[in-house]
Amino acid sequence: MIRTSGLAAAGLGTALCVAAVVAPAAAVDTPKRGGILTFMIPADAPPSFDGHRETTFATVHSAAPFYSVLVRVNPDNPSSTTDFVCDLCTAMPTPTDDGKTYTFKIRQGVKFHDGTPLTAYDVAASWEKIIHPTEGVSSARESYYVMVDKVEAPDPATVVFRLKFATGAFLPALADPFTWIYEKAMLDKDPRWYEKNIMGSGPFKLAGYEIGQSIKGVRNPDYYHPGQPYLDGFTAIYAPKQAVRIDAIRADRAAGEFRGLPPSARDQLQHELGDKIVLQSSDWNCGNVITPNHKKKPFDDVRVRRALTLAIDQWHGAPALARIANVKTVGGIVFPGSPLAATKAELEALAGYWPDIEKSRAEARRLLKEAGAEGLAFELLNRNVDQPYKYVATWLIDEWSKIGLRVTQRVVPTGPWYEAMRSGNFDVVVEASCNSVVNPLLDVQKYLPHSVFTENYGNYDDQPEIDLYQKMLHETDSAKQRALMRDFEKRVLDTEAHEMVMTYWNRIVPLRSYVKGWKIGPSHYVNQDLANVWLDQ
Amino acid sequence: MVDIAPRYAPVAVDDVAEGPRSWRAGVIGFCRRQPLGTVGLAVVLVMAVAGLSAEWIAPYSPTSNDFAAMTEPPSWAHLMGTDQFGRDLFSRIVFGARTALIVGFCCAIVGGVAGLVLGVASAYFGGRIDLVLQRVLDVVMAFPLIIMALAVIAIFGSGVFNVIVAITIPLIPRCARVVRSSALAIREMPYIDAARACGFGHTRIILRHMVPNVLAPFLIMLTAFVGQAILAEASLSYLGLGVQEPTAAWGLMLQGGAEEYASTAPWIAIFPGIAIALTVFGFSLFGDALRDAIDPKLRDR
Amino acid sequence: MYRYIVNRVLLVIPTLVGAAALVFVLMRLIPGDICVVRLGSGGASVDPRAVALCHAEHGLDRPLILQFLDFVWGFFRLDFGVSMWSGKPVAEEIAARLPISLEIAVVATVVAILIAIPLGTISALKQNSWIDHVVRTAAIAGIATPSFWLGIVSILVVLDISNAVFGAPWMPPIDYVPFWQDPLRNLSMVILPALTVGYRYSAVTMRMTRSAMLEVLREDYIRTARAKGLVERLIINRHALKNALLPVVTLIGIEFAFLIGGLVVTEQVFNVNGVGRLFVLAVQNQDYTLTQALVMLTVAIFVLANLAVDLLYAWLDPRIRFG
Repeated sequence: MIRTSGLAAAGLGTALCVAAVVAPAAAVDTPKRGGILTFMIPADAPPSFDGHRETTFATVHSAAPFYSVLVRVNPDNPSSTTDFVCDLCTAMPTPTDDGKTYTFKIRQGVKFHDGTPLTAYDVAASWEKIIHPTEGVSSARESYYVMVDKVEAPDPATVVFRLKFATGAFLPALADPFTWIYEKAMLDKDPRWYEKNIMGSGPFKLAGYEIGQSIKGVRNPDYYHPGQPYLDGFTAIYAPKQAVRIDAIRADRAAGEFRGLPPSARDQLQHELGDKIVLQSSDWNCGNVITPNHKKKPFDDVRVRRALTLAIDQWHGAPALARIANVKTVGGIVFPGSPLAATKAELEALAGYWPDIEKSRAEARRLLKEAGAEGLAFELLNRNVDQPYKYVATWLIDEWSKIGLRVTQRVVPTGPWYEAMRSGNFDVVVEASCNSVVNPLLDVQKYLPHSVFTENYGNYDDQPEIDLYQKMLHETDSAKQRALMRDFEKRVLDTEAHEMVMTYWNRIVPLRSYVKGWKIGPSHYVNQDLANVWLDQ
Repeated sequence: MVDIAPRYAPVAVDDVAEGPRSWRAGVIGFCRRQPLGTVGLAVVLVMAVAGLSAEWIAPYSPTSNDFAAMTEPPSWAHLMGTDQFGRDLFSRIVFGARTALIVGFCCAIVGGVAGLVLGVASAYFGGRIDLVLQRVLDVVMAFPLIIMALAVIAIFGSGVFNVIVAITIPLIPRCARVVRSSALAIREMPYIDAARACGFGHTRIILRHMVPNVLAPFLIMLTAFVGQAILAEASLSYLGLGVQEPTAAWGLMLQGGAEEYASTAPWIAIFPGIAIALTVFGFSLFGDALRDAIDPKLRDR
Repeated sequence: MYRYIVNRVLLVIPTLVGAAALVFVLMRLIPGDICVVRLGSGGASVDPRAVALCHAEHGLDRPLILQFLDFVWGFFRLDFGVSMWSGKPVAEEIAARLPISLEIAVVATVVAILIAIPLGTISALKQNSWIDHVVRTAAIAGIATPSFWLGIVSILVVLDISNAVFGAPWMPPIDYVPFWQDPLRNLSMVILPALTVGYRYSAVTMRMTRSAMLEVLREDYIRTARAKGLVERLIINRHALKNALLPVVTLIGIEFAFLIGGLVVTEQVFNVNGVGRLFVLAVQNQDYTLTQALVMLTVAIFVLANLAVDLLYAWLDPRIRFG
């Protein structure tokens, strides 16, 4: 089971860095009440505000302040991947029945913004909608909760989750930031009501939404966490263009944004604003994954795929790329801050991570020759987004040219990019893998073949890989689980070279120095309800 | 649609030919009378030469990354500085001249010729053919360029050729419109009827009698089209729908990275912008001067 | 005359239908599925059941001809349907963004007219003098400069100048308030995009004014008026301008329609929540209903602008009125 564990938490510090540019005045600052926080959301307005249905961060940044969840990543320690605390529950439960039953006690006295009291029935109904959506209702996260058998509310203050099998993947999945608690009465009337309406029990109440432009919230005076929220309200402005955001921060039209800026923006803001701005950075639970199309020759030949990965100099490429793109840390299939991630020594044993790049490239050339694919020319399909897709692709093409491959880039807008992947109309594609709460057991599902994980576009089958994964998922001993993860990783990245994991993204969040209380974590979906944010003005 | 182009006195075919002696005199006279136009022509020629001899002029390859020299300001090693990938800007500008002029000329010539043929045919045949053609051209002209471009790019893929196709399409009806107005005036001339009476075929009449008389406004429009095509490519690249990496193209250089670095490394955005503006400027000046020179009504007394 | 009007109005219909068919076909030719894009936007997994639901909801699983007929029939009833991306009525999405785009367009037009016509007149009167050369050069620069580049540079210049002069960088507001709520803030947001878009507009208008004036000034009746000894200013205002303005008005009308196209790029640069930005979004998301509605709106504006100009021309020019 993954529980708050001092040892694990301590071991995390290495891969993450929370860098505050200004030396903090005192570790304990008393939060001041008052003020309106104006920040920007680096996207166009989301299609809807239903967190159960949408997957875009724009939905979370817009509406998370209006809602409560059952459990969440600790907002005072969001960089931890194992520190989960209660929001609506009273205490984190110990699982019973061999780890298959979780019983939560719900806080008393919580009210929705329209005055209705919140009970366990609302919590159960919301979770039912997420895990077992009825006909006509779509839930984007259904596949995360395959381990859940039943959700029940035996009385107004208790919610019970019964699992089909015990697994460490459950609790992080439960802390997903999109799992907002809705009112049962509304869901009964119209399960799709929440797509166009906002009514939650969170720290802020909806004060206004201007289509495509901005969303505003005001303090909820009945919020159940004492003293919070400190802000009187907030205004979130949609600003998809980066140059506009940077200029707005410079001119103090907005205090910042919560997704992440590239290094050039950081340098610029640093240079221009000095101590008026705080730039926090952290590894990001997102990365680019390079997937060869196993159905296209010669990528069905494992030697060619291994050659592709051996040609790449991850260790030297990362610092060079980190200067211009929002990437930083080299990692394997597991997020580098997690206890299940490979250490540097373990990574260096895998193909594509060998410390001696000349040896690696020589091996790559040898494999190409053996497979009869010397001087291979192919097309790299990429998405029309600069950071970091295009930078990574440009660098990759350069790396591959060093073993004699002639690669051209085909850049397409998002729609055709998806289409090409789904129809198998590509040679090699630059994909992205972004997850919210760090949950390695679920996050690595991405590398399972299409028969198990429909979003895998590599067009391959690999039964031993699936068996290995199932074994790992059901394993309850953490040491054994870690060993199985290493085996799984080796199979995916080295033996079969199904996919290649590029440098993990790095997020740099700019906030003007009068914004306090918000701490950065590895996911831009997490910790966005703004309850602990205050303004030092 | 009412004719808004300046009206031209139609010239009979026989008057057009003049002796070779007057060529040089004509050019010198043009330079003296139209100083701005000469400047424009000079700018265009400089760009053309740069584009044609790009391989010899450019000190570096336009596509090779140099992560050790990223976003460097202009210096002797890099005349215009480097961009965020370490690529030399001067080389990219010079190769970009080639891309720009190829796009500009291809779009202008193909669009112009297609428009010329359609406009003259529409005027000549009149009646139903004119009506239908005008409606079709209306639809194409009113249609937003961005959708056309996105459709072409998404269906056929990106690349210089497809961008040329996407930009040429809106140019055709604009040309056809203007040509048609001029051709309508010609059509009323008695010698056209006389030619029909002589039994000349449609093609011969169109090619030998109508087209030469609309050549003047047509050529002037071509110079304007080159400029418009270059600007359209820049806009499309800015929206991400034009030429793609790592091709050197001015519009592409203004997208993404240029805006990101506009404060810290302004040369990345400034030089391509100046290049575009200067080239279109040159073509416009030249086109204007050409029109002033040809149109007898606008000549100084 | 009436026949002419009726004819012109009737000819609008096939243009609109043609444009509808073209946008319908083009959008569906583009590979990609809005449902997949919407549900998979975080790079996370997309549930095929959810995608199928989304298709059924928007009628994307019906035969194409039915979808097209639905679209055209809806257009005639002025029912533009529901945006596939957000589920809100298309009319609501567009209405929320129209005010600011219109404001920018109107301000740009006003600025253009106020600058261009006087300058064009002066330039024509003093042909080939240094004023003429300067004005013409400025006008051509306006046509040659990419408008988005101008926008980027102008924001930077304003930021740096205000930083140097006032010590704190200033930028126009990034969120919109209606004019009656806070006129100063509203105008400060609109002025930069309007100037950026208006520069080109005024350049084109100025050139047209100049060439129209030049032609008119060579007419015989102007020579007669001068020979009669009429004051130059009266000649310009009473005789020349009126006749020269005819093609200029035509041009202003047509260029206004093209202004919408210019807004598409300008709104990106200034983070304006207008129709242009909505357009780019709709096309990128492959939101068929929204894109179709916006294209029809653009085409309708264009066609109506042309129609208005033609009718105006016909009314003003006695040769056509009585011809």
